[in-house]
Amino acid sequence: MKRNPQELSLSSRRITRRALVTGGLMTAFSGLLVARMNHLQVDQADEFLLLAEENRIKVRLLAPARGVIFDRNGRILAGNEQIYRVSMIREDADDVDETITRLRGLVRLDEERLQRAIREMDRRPHQAVTLADRLSWEELSTIAVNVPALPGITPEVGLSRVYPLGQDYAHVIGYVGRVSERDLENEEDQDPLLQTPQFQIGKIGAERRLEHVLRGKAGSRRVEQNAAGRIMRELGRTPGQSGKDVQLTIDAALQNFTQVRLAGESASCVVMDVTNGDVLAAVSSPAYDPNLFVSGISVPDYAALRDNDHRPLHNKIVQGLYPPGSTFKMVTQLAALEAGLVAPGETVWCPGYLTVSNRRFHCWKRGGHGHVDAAKSLRESCDVYYYEMAQRAGIDRIAAMARKLGLGVAHDIEMTSISDGLIPDREWKRVRRGEAWRIGDSLNASIGQGYVLTSPLQLCVMTARLASGLEVVPRLVRSIDGVAQPSGVKRPLDIPRSLLDLQREAMYQVVNARGGTAGRSRFDMGGVKWAGKTGTSQVRNITAAERARGVFRNEDLPWERRDHALYVGYAPHDDPKYAISVVVEHGGGGSAAAAPVARDVMLYALSGGMPPVSAYPAGQQGEMAEYLASLPVDPALTPPAGKSEA
Amino acid sequence: MSYLEYNVARVPQGLQKVLALNWALVLLITATACIGFVVLYSVSGGDWRWAEPQMQRFAMGLAVMFIVAMIPIWFWRNVSALLYAMTLALLLAVELVGVTGGGAQRWIDLGFMRLQPSELMKVTLVMMLAAYYDWLPPSKVSRPQWVLLPILIILLPVFLVLKQPDLGTSILLLAGGGAVMFLAGVHWAYFATVIAGAVGLVTAVLQSRGTDWQILQDYQYRRIDTFLDPDSDPLGAGYHITQSKIALGSGGWTGKGFMQGTQARLNFLPEKHTDFIFTTLAEEWGFVGALSLLVLYLLIIAFCIASALRNKDRYASLVTLGIAVAFFLFFAVNMSMVMGLAPVVGVPLPLVSYGGSAMLVLMLAFGVVQSAHVHRPRAAGEGRLLRR
Repeated sequence: MKRNPQELSLSSRRITRRALVTGGLMTAFSGLLVARMNHLQVDQADEFLLLAEENRIKVRLLAPARGVIFDRNGRILAGNEQIYRVSMIREDADDVDETITRLRGLVRLDEERLQRAIREMDRRPHQAVTLADRLSWEELSTIAVNVPALPGITPEVGLSRVYPLGQDYAHVIGYVGRVSERDLENEEDQDPLLQTPQFQIGKIGAERRLEHVLRGKAGSRRVEQNAAGRIMRELGRTPGQSGKDVQLTIDAALQNFTQVRLAGESASCVVMDVTNGDVLAAVSSPAYDPNLFVSGISVPDYAALRDNDHRPLHNKIVQGLYPPGSTFKMVTQLAALEAGLVAPGETVWCPGYLTVSNRRFHCWKRGGHGHVDAAKSLRESCDVYYYEMAQRAGIDRIAAMARKLGLGVAHDIEMTSISDGLIPDREWKRVRRGEAWRIGDSLNASIGQGYVLTSPLQLCVMTARLASGLEVVPRLVRSIDGVAQPSGVKRPLDIPRSLLDLQREAMYQVVNARGGTAGRSRFDMGGVKWAGKTGTSQVRNITAAERARGVFRNEDLPWERRDHALYVGYAPHDDPKYAISVVVEHGGGGSAAAAPVARDVMLYALSGGMPPVSAYPAGQQGEMAEYLASLPVDPALTPPAGKSEA
Repeated sequence: MSYLEYNVARVPQGLQKVLALNWALVLLITATACIGFVVLYSVSGGDWRWAEPQMQRFAMGLAVMFIVAMIPIWFWRNVSALLYAMTLALLLAVELVGVTGGGAQRWIDLGFMRLQPSELMKVTLVMMLAAYYDWLPPSKVSRPQWVLLPILIILLPVFLVLKQPDLGTSILLLAGGGAVMFLAGVHWAYFATVIAGAVGLVTAVLQSRGTDWQILQDYQYRRIDTFLDPDSDPLGAGYHITQSKIALGSGGWTGKGFMQGTQARLNFLPEKHTDFIFTTLAEEWGFVGALSLLVLYLLIIAFCIASALRNKDRYASLVTLGIAVAFFLFFAVNMSMVMGLAPVVGVPLPLVSYGGSAMLVLMLAFGVVQSAHVHRPRAAGEGRLLRR
C-alpha cells in the first residue's frame, strides 16, 4: 500500500513545524537552566563558597600542656604524663553493645567507669567519650590492631595530670578533674578550652588557685572534616602556649616526713621559714591520693573518704578551726605587757581557781601554781595568771594583739577554702550574737578557749612573728615561670623588742627549764635548742560532776570528745629559722601528743634529713632510734640513715 | 507499512553503513561519556572503582549502538509494537518477581546484570508511538478515538512505574510520550486540555494528603515539601538539596579544580556518583564546566533534530525526534532537580551518572537514531559516493 504522497508531504511539514516548536521550547528551558546556573554559580558563588568552607573546615583546639609544679628543690610534685586511653564516638559505632562486648574481650574495663561513659555517650553522641585510660602499651596495641572490628573506637595518646608523690600533696596542690557544669557557668572563665573533651581543670588547692597560670593558652588546629565528622586532613595549626611552671616553697622531703609522722592521726602541721614566710611543709592528715580524682573517683572510693571520721577530704591546715588553748597565752600576755598593765616581774597568786562575778574559773592545776610571774605563767601555763591579765587588758586589746600576730586573719596562700578563724571582741559579739560582752568571755578567750578559733596556719604565722619580730606573711609559691614571687616579710612587728625577747625567753623555758610543760620534748642538736608552747583545748564542757569526781582522763573518753592537742614552736631558739605548729585532733594533751611530733619534724628541718638520734635526751635515744627507723618515709626523698651520714 | 516505501536501493549496504553513520553524533556522545568518566574518577577520590565499570559499560553501549545502527530502521519499526509489549510484560513481571532494591521494586535480576524495565520503557514507548503514528494516516491523527489509543499506550506503563513507585521515571514517560504525540501533530487543544487537567490533578494530589484517598506515598509528599522549602529542614529531608546547592554555588565561575571538590569528596553530597553527579561537575569545573556539558547535550539534540528533519521517513523522524526530546527531558529534569528548580525525583544524568541500565538503554536509543540516519530514504543523486 502506497501512501498518498500529498498527505505524506503534509505530514512531513507538520512534523517539521512541531519539531521546530519543540526545539524552541527546549532551547528556552535550557536558557532557564543556564540562568539558574549563573544565579547559583556566579551571583551567589561567594555565599555558597563560604557555606562549603563552613561545612568542611572545623577548628579544633589543642589543649596546652599544663604547667608543672615543683618543690623548692626542683622535684616534680605535679606533672604531665603521657597516657594511653580508648575513647568512643557513639555515632560512629554501628552497635554500641556489640562493640563494647568486643572491647571487653581485649582489655579489662572498669564496669562503673564504663556505665558512666555509656550514659555520657547517650548525651553527646557526636563527641569522643573516654571509656578507659591509663592503659598499658600492650593493651593499646591490642586495641589498635583490632580497630577495624571496633567501629567508633579510637585508641589515643594524651596528656594527663599525675601527682608522683601522691597523698603528700592532696591538700597543698589539690587535683585537677573533668570540667563540670559548674565550671562552665563560671563567667570569669569562658575559655573555649573548657569545652574540649577530656580537658582537665584545677578543682581544689594550688591547682585551682593557680589555674590561670598553669593552664596556658590553647593552640588551634584547622582540620578538614567529612560529613560524618571524621577528620580527613590537617590544614594548619597555630601553636598554643604551655602553662607556666610553678615552684612552691614546699620542701618535698620535709613534707613527706611530716606526712608520715602524722600518719594515723587526724592532725595537721605547718612549718614555715620565719625569715621569709616560706611554707616548707603543710600537712593535713589523713590525706588521700589526688591521682584518684584525676580520671574521676569511683563512688565507693569517694564514699569511704567522705564518711571517714578523720575527714581526709578536709584541708585542716587552713580549713580546720580549733580553740588555740594555751598557745594563745603569748597573745594575752603581750597585750597586757604592751599596754603597761603588768610588769614582767609582777606576780599573781594562783590558788587553782579565780572567782569572778560569782563564778569560779579553774586553773588546769587543781592545787594552784602559787606566785606566778610572766615567765612562769607561760612555762607552767598557769590559767589564773591569764584570767587576771584578761581583766586588766580587756578583750579589745587582746583581740588587737591577736590580729597583729596574724590570728583571725585569712592568710591568702594558694589553697582553697581558707578560713578566717575567729578572734572575738565586743563589737563582734554585739553584731553577731546580739549580746553584750561579759567578763567571763574575756577570761575564756585569754586562755584560747570560748569563742576563739584559729587554724594551724595562723598559729604557725603567729609563732613565726613572735620568733622573728617581723610581720611574716606565709608564702606558698616561690616562683612562677622562673620569676621569684615577693618575699613574705614586709616590716618589723609593731611590738617592742624587749617584750618579744621576754616571750621568747619564756617559750625557751617551756621546753628547756624545770617545770616546763614541754620538757619531755626538748632536744639539743650540737647546741641548737628550741622554744615553744603547748596547748590543750577542750572540745566539751567539763561538768561540775566530772570535776567533783576528778575523773576526766582523756583516755577514758570516746575519741571524738577528747581534747585537741596543740603545739607551736620555733628553732633555733637564739636565732630563729623555722616556726612550726601542730594540731592533733582529739589527741589529748599538747605536751604528750603534739609536742613530740613538732620536735621530730623540727629536727628533720634543722638537720635536713632524718632527726639525729643524738639530739634527743639520753633517756629517749634508744626508743627514738627504733621509732624513727620504723617510719615508712619515701627513700627517694629521705636517703637511708647510713648514706646521709656518709 | 511496506518496505517499498523506502528507497532501499539507495540505502548503503554492508560496510558502507559504517561510513554512513552520523559520526558527529558518535563523537558528541563519546565526549559526554568521557566527562562522566572524569567526574566519576574524581568523585571516588582518585579511584577507578566507578569510572572503570562505567567505561566498560560505555564500550558495551557503543557496541550495542553500532549493532542496532546496522539493522535497518524498518526492522525496528516493525518490531516496535512487539518490543513495547515485551517491556510492558517485564514491568508486570517486576511487580511479581522484582527484587527489592533502593526501597522500590525496579529490577529484574538477569544474572549478569540487573535489568530495569522502566528504563527500557523510556525507549520502547517512543518507538511504539512513532510506529503508531507512522501507521495512522495523518488525517486521522487528531480524531478523538485515535488520540485515546496512544494515551492508553502511555498511561499503561506510567501506571505500572508509578506503582513501583518511581515518580521520576513515570514523569519522564508521560512527558516523553506526550512529546511524540505533539510531534506527530495531535491538535493543540488536546494538550491544552491535558495541561489544565494536570493542574487539576496536582491540586487534587496536594489536597488528598492525609486523607483516606491519599494519592502519593508519604515520602513523595515530603520530597515535595522539601522542594518547596528546603531550608525548613536543612539536616533532614532538605539536606540533599541544600548541600547540592552549596556544592554548585561554591564552584563559582571556574570551579575548585579537578579532585578539589570538597562537598563531594567529604561526602556532604548524597548520591554523589549517581543522581547528584552534576553537582560535583559544577563544583569542580564551575559555571564553565557545567555550561560545557549543557552545550554538549544541546548539540546532541541539535544533531538528532537535524537528522530527523532531513529524513523523509515518518517513523524515522518521529522516533529520532522522540528520543531527542526524551534525552532532553532526562538531563533537564536532573539538572532542575539538583539546582533546586524541581523536587528530588531520582532521575540520573544521561551518559554521565553511574549506572548500567540507563547507559545501555540510552545507547540502544542512539542506535535506533543512527539506524534511522543510516537507512534514511535518499533522493536521486544522493549518496552517489556510497553506490560506487
